Amino acid sequence: MANPRPRVGLFVTCLADMFRPEVAFASVKLLELAGFEVEVPERQTCCGQPAFNSGDRKDSAAIAQQTIEAFDGFEYVVGPSGSCIGMLHHYPELFAESDPWHQRALELKSRAFEITSFLALHLDMDKLSSSFSGKVTYHDSCSGLRELGIKKQPRVLLSKLPGVQICEMEEAETCCGFGGTFCVKYPEISNRMVGNKSDNIRATGADTLLAGDLGCLLNMVGKLKREGIEVQARHVVEVLADMVDTPAIGEAKGV
Amino acid sequence: MEVTSQDFKKNAHIALHDAKLQRALGNLKAGFPGKRAAAIARLPEFDALRDQARDLKNHILAHLDLYLEEFENNVTAQGGTVHWCRTAEDARKTILEICRQQDAKTVTKGKSMVTEEIALNEYLEANGVTPVETDLGEYILQLRNDHPSHIVAPAIHLTLEDVAEAFHEHHQRPKSDDPAVLMQEAREMLRKQFVAADVGITGANFLIAETGSTIICTNEGNGDLTQTLPKTHIVVSSIEKVVPTLEDMTLFLRLLARSATGQEFTVYNTLSTGPRRTTDQDGPENFHVVLVDNGRSDMVGTELQEMLRCIRCSACMNHCPVYGAVGGQTYGWVYPGPMGSVLTPQMIGIENAGLLPNASTFCGKCEEVCPVRIPLPKLMRHWRDKEWEKHLTPGAARSGIGIWAFFAKRPALYRWLAQSSNLFLRLVGGKRGRVRKLPLAGGWTDYRDMPAPSGKTFMQQWQERK
Repeated sequence: MANPRPRVGLFVTCLADMFRPEVAFASVKLLELAGFEVEVPERQTCCGQPAFNSGDRKDSAAIAQQTIEAFDGFEYVVGPSGSCIGMLHHYPELFAESDPWHQRALELKSRAFEITSFLALHLDMDKLSSSFSGKVTYHDSCSGLRELGIKKQPRVLLSKLPGVQICEMEEAETCCGFGGTFCVKYPEISNRMVGNKSDNIRATGADTLLAGDLGCLLNMVGKLKREGIEVQARHVVEVLADMVDTPAIGEAKGV
Repeated sequence: MEVTSQDFKKNAHIALHDAKLQRALGNLKAGFPGKRAAAIARLPEFDALRDQARDLKNHILAHLDLYLEEFENNVTAQGGTVHWCRTAEDARKTILEICRQQDAKTVTKGKSMVTEEIALNEYLEANGVTPVETDLGEYILQLRNDHPSHIVAPAIHLTLEDVAEAFHEHHQRPKSDDPAVLMQEAREMLRKQFVAADVGITGANFLIAETGSTIICTNEGNGDLTQTLPKTHIVVSSIEKVVPTLEDMTLFLRLLARSATGQEFTVYNTLSTGPRRTTDQDGPENFHVVLVDNGRSDMVGTELQEMLRCIRCSACMNHCPVYGAVGGQTYGWVYPGPMGSVLTPQMIGIENAGLLPNASTFCGKCEEVCPVRIPLPKLMRHWRDKEWEKHLTPGAARSGIGIWAFFAKRPALYRWLAQSSNLFLRLVGGKRGRVRKLPLAGGWTDYRDMPAPSGKTFMQQWQERK
């Protein structure tokens, strides 16, 4: 009998792959809960954003072609990052309209979704349950917010978990200062921006910081830890998938 | 003015450690964005107006020659003169020539960023004509031999103490830090200048093609005195400010003040149409419009054309977290913030201004608030593309991206690189789960810890589970 479940290709993202595999496993769990068959195409690497934002269009286009091919045939492409999925949405800009790759890029764009926005559309939210309990504050990552319109979706999903109490921070929509290579090219300015962010996080009294992008999370966690602020941080899918037994980002093991 | 855009990082370092500037920037952040948000909340059709404004600007730019010629014809019909200036140098010479025809000793000036762009004050002074800035902010800056840090609130980088000090030094009056007293002092000083001036120079917020009018939108009324009292009024404007009709102008006026200061309307909106007629009670005898191109027509028909929609409201810089951290003077030339990061490379060369379009996280806030929907991040990326094409990208960044892309284009090698980096970071992170110091990553670890990976890469674990 043919498998009736629609196939999703998971776009793992470099940072989830390298720093926080839990985020990709949580994504798989949630997508399966929503009734999808999840596969992880092996030909995927990075979305190409570091090249794109550095002006290297040739390498960006080559990486885009590789990604388009890797995810050929999937009904959806879903990833745990507004920034990386936002980059997939930029792919059509890399090819002239007369180039057949332009059409393929548009076609990929129409299938590519950030995970919380995808779950908000496809998941029966009554199926969500999590042992997580605590006061959380949510940082809206810029690309997800402004390129993909992700604002309500993670909050709606979290509202289905009785243990989660959301305390919004001031300037939740203000950039944390990560910005990919920006944070190492302009470290002092980036530091000021993430310093403002950690002040706003601390002021909420929340014990957990959640967000939908690991770039921002690594930046904010790094600053919170350096300043000795006792706030734990997780990607939102970890809480949604009830995968909160592992140490939070940047926390010591076995605590 | 001296260009220091190449020193953006050094300027930023100084700005970040300047406590007084940081206080001033805090006031800006606490002021304009909130006022804008409140003003927009009272105008439900704001977003629809933005769409209209974007479309209208696109139409104007597609027919820029037509509308500028119509404008010129109507200025001429009203008895005024239009001067076409391709470069900043042309514009300076033209303005000086008009001043000389009037045998002008002093000229009063309304606030005008285009005259900053063409460095008019320095030029007039060097040629024996004394310019007197009459906008309060600009007046303060002139006393301090300083330059604007913001296109709407030019002295926003200064505090009350700075102003009190400058006035005390130049006005020979008892020092006061009461804003009302300072304002009165400035008024008294400037009144004499308004009456004595031979020529008044203003900018223009818009040029209206159908009537040959120009308009200035101000909050102090100084512009009105600048343009009505002297015998000669010179309007200096860049070419993209033309709009077809008065009706069209009102669309932009509705967007401009709300986006800039959160006002529904600026306090003074003054139209000038030709010189004084016999039936007029006041007004200048001579009316000149100096149209400045200075690289703008080169932008038409390119990706940068969208930048010519800009109406100089300052919303992009008011909301920019980078501008908010370092202030306008860090950008090192006339136009700061996101709009400056797009315009400055066009005007002084990308080789001198490459650090500006790179000084953005592409957070997109500027585009979100732009009243004419300029895709500022996209245009900043355009300059990064140009830098890359011309091999102007700093060597370390270019080779870093090159090496990284070599791996990213080869999935098997990329897996290996990810696994090795993952293992390395786990080893140095140890049981702590994070790293405090990492070789070659000082940009990160000088200020933050680096969280260590929580286990093997996802791809490794996924393979093992299968």
